[in-house]
Amino acid sequence: MLSFLPRRLLQLLPTLFLVSVLIFGLQQLLPGDPALVMAGEEKDPEVIEQIRKQYRLDRSLPVQYGYWIAGVLQGDLGESMRIRQPVSQLIAEKLPVTLQLATMAMAFALLIGIPAGVLSAVKKGSAWDTGANLFALWGLSTPNFWLGIMMIFLFSVTLGWLPASGFVSPFEDLGRSLATTVMPAFVLGNAIAAVLMRHMRSAMLQAMSADYVRTARAKGLYERAVVLRHALRNALTPVITLGALEFGTLLSGAVLTEQVFSIPGFGKLIVDAVFNRDYAVVQGVVLVTATVYILLNLLADVLYVLVNPRLRA
Amino acid sequence: MRAQASAAGALGDAGAPDAGLESPGRIALRSLARRPTAVFGAVVLAVAVLLALFAPWIAPYDPLATSWSLVRKAPSAAHWFGTDEVGRDLLSRVIWGTRASLSAGVIAVSIAVGLGVPIGMVAGYVGGWIDAVISRITDAMLAVPFLILAIALAAFLGPSLGNAMIAIGITATPIFVRLSRGQVQAARAEDYVEAARAVGNPPLRILLRHVLPNILPPVMVQATLAVAAAIIAEASLSFLGLGQQPPQPSWGSMLNTAQRFLTQAPWMAVFPGIAIFLTVLAFNLFGDGLRDVMDPKK
Repeated sequence: MLSFLPRRLLQLLPTLFLVSVLIFGLQQLLPGDPALVMAGEEKDPEVIEQIRKQYRLDRSLPVQYGYWIAGVLQGDLGESMRIRQPVSQLIAEKLPVTLQLATMAMAFALLIGIPAGVLSAVKKGSAWDTGANLFALWGLSTPNFWLGIMMIFLFSVTLGWLPASGFVSPFEDLGRSLATTVMPAFVLGNAIAAVLMRHMRSAMLQAMSADYVRTARAKGLYERAVVLRHALRNALTPVITLGALEFGTLLSGAVLTEQVFSIPGFGKLIVDAVFNRDYAVVQGVVLVTATVYILLNLLADVLYVLVNPRLRA
Repeated sequence: MRAQASAAGALGDAGAPDAGLESPGRIALRSLARRPTAVFGAVVLAVAVLLALFAPWIAPYDPLATSWSLVRKAPSAAHWFGTDEVGRDLLSRVIWGTRASLSAGVIAVSIAVGLGVPIGMVAGYVGGWIDAVISRITDAMLAVPFLILAIALAAFLGPSLGNAMIAIGITATPIFVRLSRGQVQAARAEDYVEAARAVGNPPLRILLRHVLPNILPPVMVQATLAVAAAIIAEASLSFLGLGQQPPQPSWGSMLNTAQRFLTQAPWMAVFPGIAIFLTVLAFNLFGDGLRDVMDPKK
């Protein structure tokens, strides 16, 4: 049933290899001597020496890559030049924050996108349909950092209902944690809700014109049962898997949303690293993001086969 | 004489024989003009292009001129959009920002199309190991979320509007590689390509003269939608400080400053955001319209 899995896993290897080459290659874009640039403003000779040693900058490029990737495979993503902490440790600290945000955002996206898509397909051509389509266009065209700023203005500055920034761990205080994350999660989920709505609408329209829906209607089922039990269940399959692919959008969006709401997650880590010229952290974050994204794509493929009986043969 | 000529023209437009000879491009354009949303998009885009081109003449004030007596003034008759934290006129800065955003969007997508389409066409036409290598590299680039790759590239290239355009352009390239590769693979099996080959045309000529015109419509649709994404990406990079550098105006960097003065001067955050929203919306509407009229399946 999942006989494609080994082949699919094998296909991942060249992609992962090239991703790592790509990310390693980024440091070749640095102007001038990378050790000097990476050492930052002070140009401490000791630091420069350490960088040269750590990155083996005196050796040829393939050798440098070899040492780097060998470290990566053992979980060693290098050390942050600025905070003097292993990159892997930094990422492990920040990842749960972004995961919480991403999960909540996905929940918003599903809760808004799926019903909106179903409604607009079932009531095609009506005011509901127009409204849902306008919502999708709005979601796709609004930069989420601007939406975030506007929401802070409305709910924090004007109404004073929610904190404008910061983050509280759910293990510390669940209520405060939700209060600090509900706005950023909505902002982040909004654009994905729009994408899901569009997918849901077209999948639903297709399902509604299928023979089994006609049969269900012909045997006298209530329209509600036809829509929910027959059409929706079939239309949901492709939408869920397409939703998994939106995870990349979620990670990209998290960078800006975390910046706007000062949330100490993954996205803030990469932005801070960029400004501190902490290149090992940038490389580490991009590598981890890409790997997670590739694995999620695989998961989406597997899900698609699992929920689609016709592909199980 | 003139009236006659225009009458003849009108007749020719409506006449059956002429309509049959109309080029596919004109038919598409005509059916595009019947879509109100696409027309709305086109009108907004036209306005944006005019603002960008004639910014020096349209903007009421110098976008860089500061004034300590005008710090954070709310919108008024003299300053429609208000003023910012150093007394600059926001309307003028939004108008000049159109230049940064539109040129960033268009140049970034031109880089992506210019690199992606030829690479994709070669991969699709030649096949074999060249195709395998190109496709794997494309997969690898698409595996990194769009903005994160753009941020990483901009970080290593150094912060500037030019580098942001290059970073966004390179990041968007694999989309066009994949698209044109697929299109060329489909076109390769078509009779007209077979015929062109049979007559003895060299591969390069077949690709440029026969295949390229046929794969252009989907590339154009994708490019229009990609400009929308590139404008958001540029605004995002500028918001993070990786794009247009102050004091030069750009919508993203204006929003970055605005966030610090949200309590005292909310108008600083409103107008640049609306400008991004309208421009991106216009590209999306126009792109959606283009896709609908060019998609033969519909």
